[in-house]
Parts: sequence; C-alpha cells; structure tokens
Amino acid sequence: MRAYIPAYELKSLGRLTDVVSLLALEPGAWKPFAGGTDLMVLFESGKLDHKKFVSIWNLPELRGISVTPEFVTLGALTTYTEVQSHDVLRQEFPMLCQAASETGGLAIQNRGTLGGNIANASPAGDSPPALLVYDAKIELISSNGPRVVPYDGFHTGYKKMVMRPDELIKSIRLPRVTQAWKQYYRKVGTRKAQAISKICFAGLARMDGGVIQDIRIALGSVAPTVVRCSATETALKGLKPDASAISKARAELAREISPIDDIRSTANYRLRVALNVLEDFLTGL
Amino acid sequence: MPDPSGKVEINLIVNDEPRTVSVYPMARLLDMIREDLRLTGTKEGCGEGECGACSVLLDGLLVNSCLVPAIQAEGTSIKTIEEIATGEQLHAVQQAFITCGGAQCGICTPGMVIAAVNLLERIPEPSQAEIRTGLAGNLCRCTGYMKIFESVVRACQDNKQNIPAPVGG
Amino acid sequence: MEIVGHPVPRKEGRDKVTGQARYIDDLHFPEMLYGTTIRSTVARGRITNITFVGDIPWDEFVIVRAGDIPGENCVALILLDQPYLAGEFVNHPEEPILLLAHSDKYLLEEARRHVKVEIEPLPAIFSLEDSDNKKEVVWGEDNIFKAYTVEKGNVDDVWAKADLIVEGEYHTGAQEQLYIENNGVIAIASPEDGVTVWGSMQCPYYVHKALLKLFGLSEDKVRVVQVETGGGFGGKEEYPSMIAGHAALLSWKSGRPVKIVYDRAEDMVATTKRHPSRTRHRTAVSRDGKLLGMEIDFVVDGGAYATLSAVVLSRGTIHAAGPYVCPNVRIKSRAVATNVPPHGAFRGFGAPQSIFALERHLNKVARELGLSPEELRRRNFIHQGETTATSQVINEKVEMEALLDRAFELTDYEAKQQRFAESNKTSRTKKGMGFASFMHGAGFTGSGEKYLESVVGAEATSEGRVIILAASTEIGQGTNTVFAQIAAEALRLDYDSIEVAKPDTGNVPNSGPTVASRTTMIVGRLVESAVLGLKQTLIKSGLLKEDYSSDEFSLACHRYIEQHGPLKSFSKYKAPPGINWDDEKYEGDAYGAYAWAVYVAEVTVDTTTYEARVDDFVALQEVGKVIHPILAAGQIEGGVAQGIGYTLFEKVVWNEGRMMNNQMTNYIMPTAADIPPIRVFFEENPYAYGPAGAKGIGELPMDGPAPAILNAIEHATGVSINHIPLMPESIIEALGGDRA
Repeated sequence: MRAYIPAYELKSLGRLTDVVSLLALEPGAWKPFAGGTDLMVLFESGKLDHKKFVSIWNLPELRGISVTPEFVTLGALTTYTEVQSHDVLRQEFPMLCQAASETGGLAIQNRGTLGGNIANASPAGDSPPALLVYDAKIELISSNGPRVVPYDGFHTGYKKMVMRPDELIKSIRLPRVTQAWKQYYRKVGTRKAQAISKICFAGLARMDGGVIQDIRIALGSVAPTVVRCSATETALKGLKPDASAISKARAELAREISPIDDIRSTANYRLRVALNVLEDFLTGL
Repeated sequence: MPDPSGKVEINLIVNDEPRTVSVYPMARLLDMIREDLRLTGTKEGCGEGECGACSVLLDGLLVNSCLVPAIQAEGTSIKTIEEIATGEQLHAVQQAFITCGGAQCGICTPGMVIAAVNLLERIPEPSQAEIRTGLAGNLCRCTGYMKIFESVVRACQDNKQNIPAPVGG
Repeated sequence: MEIVGHPVPRKEGRDKVTGQARYIDDLHFPEMLYGTTIRSTVARGRITNITFVGDIPWDEFVIVRAGDIPGENCVALILLDQPYLAGEFVNHPEEPILLLAHSDKYLLEEARRHVKVEIEPLPAIFSLEDSDNKKEVVWGEDNIFKAYTVEKGNVDDVWAKADLIVEGEYHTGAQEQLYIENNGVIAIASPEDGVTVWGSMQCPYYVHKALLKLFGLSEDKVRVVQVETGGGFGGKEEYPSMIAGHAALLSWKSGRPVKIVYDRAEDMVATTKRHPSRTRHRTAVSRDGKLLGMEIDFVVDGGAYATLSAVVLSRGTIHAAGPYVCPNVRIKSRAVATNVPPHGAFRGFGAPQSIFALERHLNKVARELGLSPEELRRRNFIHQGETTATSQVINEKVEMEALLDRAFELTDYEAKQQRFAESNKTSRTKKGMGFASFMHGAGFTGSGEKYLESVVGAEATSEGRVIILAASTEIGQGTNTVFAQIAAEALRLDYDSIEVAKPDTGNVPNSGPTVASRTTMIVGRLVESAVLGLKQTLIKSGLLKEDYSSDEFSLACHRYIEQHGPLKSFSKYKAPPGINWDDEKYEGDAYGAYAWAVYVAEVTVDTTTYEARVDDFVALQEVGKVIHPILAAGQIEGGVAQGIGYTLFEKVVWNEGRMMNNQMTNYIMPTAADIPPIRVFFEENPYAYGPAGAKGIGELPMDGPAPAILNAIEHATGVSINHIPLMPESIIEALGGDRA
C-alpha cells in the first residue's frame, strides 16, 4: 500500500441529483468513483494524485440494461458480468460480450463497469473498440440536465474526453442496426486471462453479394486513444474482400495507425499484428 | 457526527454477523477484514486485483477485496474463507483441496477456495474450460493449477453424491 | 502398513484450506511498529546527503542508518561484501540505505516518500557482456565473483579429428520467483535479551548466522522461527537474512517489536531473481553422431554482490554437459558483477540456464549432422559405469533410452510430428513437437553436504508420539508430510502419531537449508535414521522387542521416559561410501544421486499474432522412489508451470538496472487459462542412500520445459531461436516477413 489513506476522501451520496450538484459546485474538485477496478490500483500504487472522490456505485439511476426497438441502453454502472449475461447483447452485440469476458478475471468483471471503462479513457481498454464500431452514443448528465454525444470522438487525446468535469456518464446506447453484419473481435494480450491488451481489434461489415457495402474498424492500443480506422474503411467499401483488397487495406491501415513501444509490447509488433488481424477479419467475410 | 479524523462508520454483515467498523472511506475492504475484524484468512498477494488471494464474496459475488473501498461495503454481506466450512464440517471444495493436493504453500488457497466455491454455485458441473476461466483470476505459483482443477472436479463429484435423489414421481 | 508411496493427507492441509494457517502478516504483537526501507534511486554512486523533509513528525520515527549497526554491516553468506545498509556507496538500484519505523503504517508510507537521499552517480554496467568485457570494473579487480573450470580428457586435441564442429550461443533472462506471499518478518531485539525473528523463510539457520554477525551476539542470543511460508522457490533462501536484519535493527533501536512486510512492488523490484545467463557451445562430433568434444563457456550475471552466485554457477556448470557421455569436455564458467540487484537462488539454481543451452544446442548439432534430435541423443546417452563431465562414474542404473521411448509413446511423438509437418503447410497456426532430456543432481554440490554436517533429531513423548526436530521448512512442497511418512514407515507407526516441530533455532538442530532438492533425499534420510535411533534405544534398554505394535511402542516410550528422562535421538549426515569430490580440480562425484528425465512439449505458434502456446506437456522422470504420489506430481506440475512461464511469459523489463515491470499486472505469470494439461509420470529405481530409496525432485521440473518448448517451436516454424523468455515480439522478429 503506497497511499496515505487519511488524505483521501470518498463520499457516498446515494442520489444522482446530489452527486451532480456536488460535481457542479466546484467542477473538477470531486471525481466520480465507480467499481474501483482502475482507481484502486492507482491508489494502492501511490499514483492516484486526485484525492476527492464521490462514489457513484450505489446510484440506481446508473444501473440496468433496457431494450427498445431502436436501442439497447446500458446504465453506466453495468458490470462486465452483467454485459455477458444479457440475452439481447449476446445476440446482437457479441463483440461487447466477448470484450467483457476478456476483461480481467471474474472478480474484476463483477466490479468493473462499462461507464468506468469509458471514463478511464485508457487506449488499451477492451470494450471501447467494440463500442466504437457499434456507433455507441454516450448519455452524459450534469446539473444542467442530460446531453447525448457520439462515442466516436469522445476521447480527444490520451486520457482526454469531451465530458466536462461536472458531468457523469449516465448510460451507453447501442443502435440495434448491426445484428446482420459480420462481426469480428480480437484482443491480443499478454496472456489468455487477466491481460492488458497489446492490440485490440473490432470489425463490423455489411456484405451484399460478396461485396463490402459498409465496414467499420476500430483498434485499441495503437494510438493515444482507441481509434476508428476510417481511411481503411473507405478504401474497402465497394470491394470484394479478395487478395488485392486485403493488400490495399493492409497498406492503408499501416498508414493510418502509429503504435508505440511501451512496457507491454513494441511498435513493430503492434503494427504487424494489427495488419494480420485485419487480414483475418477480411478473409472471414 | 463525522469523525474529525475523516473515518466513517461502516455497517455490514460479515459471515452472517452484523458488524460495525470505523475506517477511512478509502480503506480497503481487505484491510477492514484483516485488521479491523481480525479475519486473517483473506490474504494479500499483489494489492492490485491481479492475484485473487484477497477474494471474498460480496453479496454473493466474487470480488477482490483489495479493490473495494470500505465505503462501498456499507450495507453489504461479506463471506470470507472463515465461513466456508460449517463448524468442523469442511466444504466439499475444502475437502477436495486436501484430498487432491490443491493446496501447497497455502497462501493462494483461501482465495482459490472461495473462487471455486463460487464457481460451483454458479455452475454445478463446470467443464474444464469453465473451471479454467472461473479460476483465471486467482494466481497460484506452486501447483501449476492441475491439482486445483482436479480438486474442483472432485468437489463437484462429491457434491453430486451428497445431493439426495428426487423422491416420488 | 504402508505409508511411503501413499497419498496421506498433508499435515497442515486443513489449516490451509480453512484460512486458519497463520503467515507472518497475520501475526500481530502488542506495541508493534511497522518498518520500511529507504532505497537507492541510482544504480551506482556515492551518497552525499540525506534529508528528512515535508510535514512529517520526524521525532516520532525510529531511524536506523549504517552507523547504528552494533556488529558487522554485512550479510553473512559466502562472502561478506553485501552491506545491510549502504554507508557511503551504493552498487545497485533499490539498495537499502536507511530504515524507518512507526506505529502508523500509513504515516510511515508518507514519511518514506519524504526522505531525500542525494547520490552522486558513478559509471555503472547492466549486462553480463559489459561486465565480462570489463567495460567498467564494479566489483573486485575483475568483476568476477567466481570462476570454475571442469576438464575431462583433452578437448584441445579433438577439433582436428572431428568430422563436424558446431558452435552456438544461448541466452536466458532473469525470472522473478513470484511466491504469492511477499517477504516479511517480525523482530524483537534488545541488547539484554538478544534477537528473535519470526518470518517467512526457507533457511532459519542462514538467518541465524547472519544475525549473529550483524549484532555481534553469541549463538544462544539469537533465535529464528519460521512461520507458515507462502512459497519460496529459492526466493526466500538468502533474502530473509536481509529483511530480518532490518527489522531487528529497528527493534534493537526502538525496544519494540517491528514488522516489515514488503508489498508486491517492493518485493519484485528489490529482491533476488534468477541469474540471466549466456552459454557458448563448441562441439566436435563424428559423422556417425558421437560426441567427441564439448567446450562450454557459461556466464551468469550475479548482480551487484556475491550472495549465492558462486554456488548457482557451480550447479549450472556441472549440469552444462547433461546426461551424455563425451570423452573430452572443458567447461569454463564465471559469475560476474553488474549494477543490478543481486540475483539469487531460484529453483534449479543455474541448471535450467545451462541445460537450456545444451538441449537447444544438441538440436542444432543433430540438424547439421542430418540426424533427428532423438537419434543424436540416443547415440550419446550416459549409462551405468560411464562418466559425466566431472568424471563421476555413474553407479546406478540409467536408462535414458527407455525414458525417451516411453515419453514418445505417451505423446504419440513421431506420428504427431509427421501429422504437424503436413498440416503446417497450409495452416496459419503451426504446430510442433519438441523434447529435452536431462538430469538433475540432488543435494548440495560436491563436498557441500559434508561441510553442512546436517543434524536431525527425533523425540518420543510418553504417549508414544514422535516429534521430528529439523530446521527444514515446509514451504508448500510437503516437508512436514514427507518427514512424517518416512518416520512412520521406519518405525511402523501410524502417520498421525508423527509430528514435525516448527523450525525454530531455539528448539531444532540445523538440518541445513531447505534448498537444492535435498530435503527429502538428504534430510529425509536423517529423519529415518534419527527415528530408528529411538527404536534402537528402546530395544537396547530392554523395553521393546524388534517386532512391536504401536501400543507396545507407546508403552516402551512411557516406561523409558519414566526411568531415564527424555527420549531423544539425533542423526548427523555421513556421506555415502565412495563419494569423492575434488574442489580444486572440480572433478569427481558432484552429487550422490541424479534424477533423470525426458520432457515433451507440444506447441502451437499462431502466425497471426506470433503467440506460442503449449498445448500438451508430458514430464517423465526417474526419481528413485516416490514417497507421496500427489505431492511429487504437484512438485513436477508446479515446476513445469514455472518453466512454461520462464519460457514464454515472464520477462523482466530492465532500465538502468531497475526492474520496470515490478507488478503482477505487467510481469506476466501464467494463469489457470494459460497452462496446458501437464501429464506427469514417474519411473522408480530406488537409490540405496535415499530414505526408502527416494531421490530429490524439487528443482528437476524447472530444467526441461524451456528447451523442450523451444525445440518444439523450432519444429513448428523451422526457425531456430536461442533465447528465453521468448515473447511474441521476438518470434515476430525471428520469423521475419509480414506473414508466414
């Protein structure tokens, strides 16, 4: 334990209105604290600089998964375990379920939340690539009321987001339009379980007559944020996924991403594996 | 009245008994269990949610107690390794760990037993793959896991034998 | 009644599965303080200033510096070069400089971050190559802690006669022991009452010896007690002497009990790891595949201080030529200094490093000869009556060919090899088979056991219970259970009537350290003869006849104690006859007995992600006699899992001598989802001087996985890779090109 525990505050307020009022009072002074699977790790290693937190774990308004004809809406506090056991998510959003099943071990999956994963803004998160290609919308709440922003563009730089300090993630909405699309998710981690990703790939494609009508590709751990690879997508639209299309797509993706060396892997590895995984995705279309 | 030290009172159920402890709100559930409640069966291996030695059941869910701040344990029910046996009667998982050699140095064992008990509660007859996934959050450096897998299989066989057959029809 | 060979319940099993077993961090003393260590931030330098800053009530803290040490400021081990606390100079990152204690552990942590140590850096070296080339001399006159030369025949004459000469270079990395319980101790020390330490450790008498010197006390003033220990694997062989000394110094100064328990980050960054190594082979063979000459250059990186490097090097050196017959051998080896934290004991103790090199190299020799790896080995396996590299005549029956045959049968080796060769042509995942054949000597090397003069005691109670008195520790491997089995079998008593006393230097004799696969074979034998001593005493005193029931034994004990007082028996190590070792020439009987093994790995390399995984692993070994089938298999499985980690997962990332990934999140050990089925098989060939015929097995399983797996990867990919750990980032480099 590397933290001076008495220096930290963690309030538990019980009502969403009280939490957003507190966040509004002095924006940035208090930060939300969900399941703790990221913050407690920083805290214990003495690397949690911020000291005032408000627990949102017990806010019922941020819980639950609801389904309408257009959307599946997941409360920000939906845990990875809850994601995996939801029938509609399993049928229509299997990549999110797979991401959830590959995040930490069971004990982490019972506490880690989708909202927390987004707000933690790690480029190595397992769910964000899936959320990106599913075209998720994020509902934010503050004392000024709610607003909805697209997840694409939500992360503006390393650990930076469009969310204001007085805002909370209330829910994540997934448009129910991709069920018939081909789906491909692959996390390449340091081991089979309890791993942080070296790269993480999510791909969606709408095929017609063997031709790619529409395609979405997102990658984690290859840039300061999780990225949609729009140049590669554009290059592939209207093509049959044959050898020449694959070769073109590989070249495009190599231009589009710029992974780095870090403690977990190398730039060369990440780049080449990303290209290979892209090829695997396209080959399976 | 808030405590000037910043400590708060946490009320919770631990091993079926209501308990109240006064701790810092960010104190780890792990320390609360080990130091304030003196239940030292729950171990610390890594302090970052990787090894699972600190596993406990929180409202029936497996959690790493090193990653749960005390204030979030308010009003919950915690079960630790001390409550897995019923008096002198070991749980089938505990007995199987002894019989099959699932415990060597023993430091991961309480967490591993908790995770295995939880696994069998969720999936009474897990496949090999389910056993591996169910225990993947609990690291063991001694056994290479083989004897732990055997212990889980053995425990679920023993469980099956102990379940009375349905009567009548 | 048969007890040996049967899976009796582990002695402390119930306590472990119920959470009742008490480890060091579970213990608490009244008035206890917590201690912490201020460490060097640079690899090498001169301490110029220490200041205590910040809003910290410093007067409440106990502070210990090098100048406060009552005795000698060195950790007594082989050499006396390592200080408990750096005085003027530091020689590695994280070297202890100053100790703090306080009753509030949170405040202690805050204070730790407010001690500012200024250090003027000196040039440092971080690799064994730089040390070997003397880029900078950082230890002694030449950076060499120890060097050995083994000579057999005349290797110089062989090169001209050889049909083929094959050279190769092989590297292994550091490995963290990663016991799940970190290092920890509690000490109570004062000039009046001496020093008592409770702790997690493998070798109470090592700690005892170190504390004598640190405090300048007589033997009876120092007491060391091992408490339940959450894994060691060598990592708690020498380091507990350091942390025990630190806690005792703080207690000595404060007059209060002091607990130091490291957190994971400190344990990983500051304590010992497996020695990185480099091995160069030059091998002469005849066209028909006979080994004619082997020249081996073996170097290990010892880190900043000598610690145990000399003996790690010794075991690695002796195992470097493997279970093969070669008439001409020269092995030159050295342990060299670098400015990294001292490397230390870790299961296998140098042998996994040199065996990795040899078993990879032999595959290269085979390839260049146009032979299969197995055929080359078959033509050179050692047999009874033949001599090892140290000219030790093998007196026991050795049947490596039979082990190889059985291992191949168990894995369907040849058929799979062919099948994979076919499927690999079209598949994106490449599969391969590989094996390693090797031996591992049990007990201390050479004259080591003779110098140790280990003693075991046995005491009978008037109820007829027998208590084993030994300093050998239970660290998960089953010491308590195995000793009780051996004693029960020897006395023909119930397993439950045998107890094993807690290792406490105030109560048990020095049965030597719990290391080197010696506990069952060497100490177990002493247990056997100590308890037989009890029986002899009872028979001689006329209270017991040769053939007795357990009730008669109890009655005899009762009567004896009534008439004569305590009934105890001690047994001291005597080398088996015909064991001769020449320390100067490094020649002779290096070990009393060897375990022999063939391990087979089946792997898949995914050419999308360049990940290699082990799909199946067979470990077949001849170990004399299996005392406890479940514990023995558990040892092998655990060792193989560590070996798989060593090979494919566990990479220490270094920067300027400091481990950068000192967390379980980024130092990656295998989980339950990563380990393949490990199938363990034993052959038995009782060893005349082992208890019930047993030989040592603890370290053996660490030797085989790395070469077997890399040999399999070579078979799968056609690419020869000669370093571990082998991460996907290296496989991608080795395979080259964008896609296979």
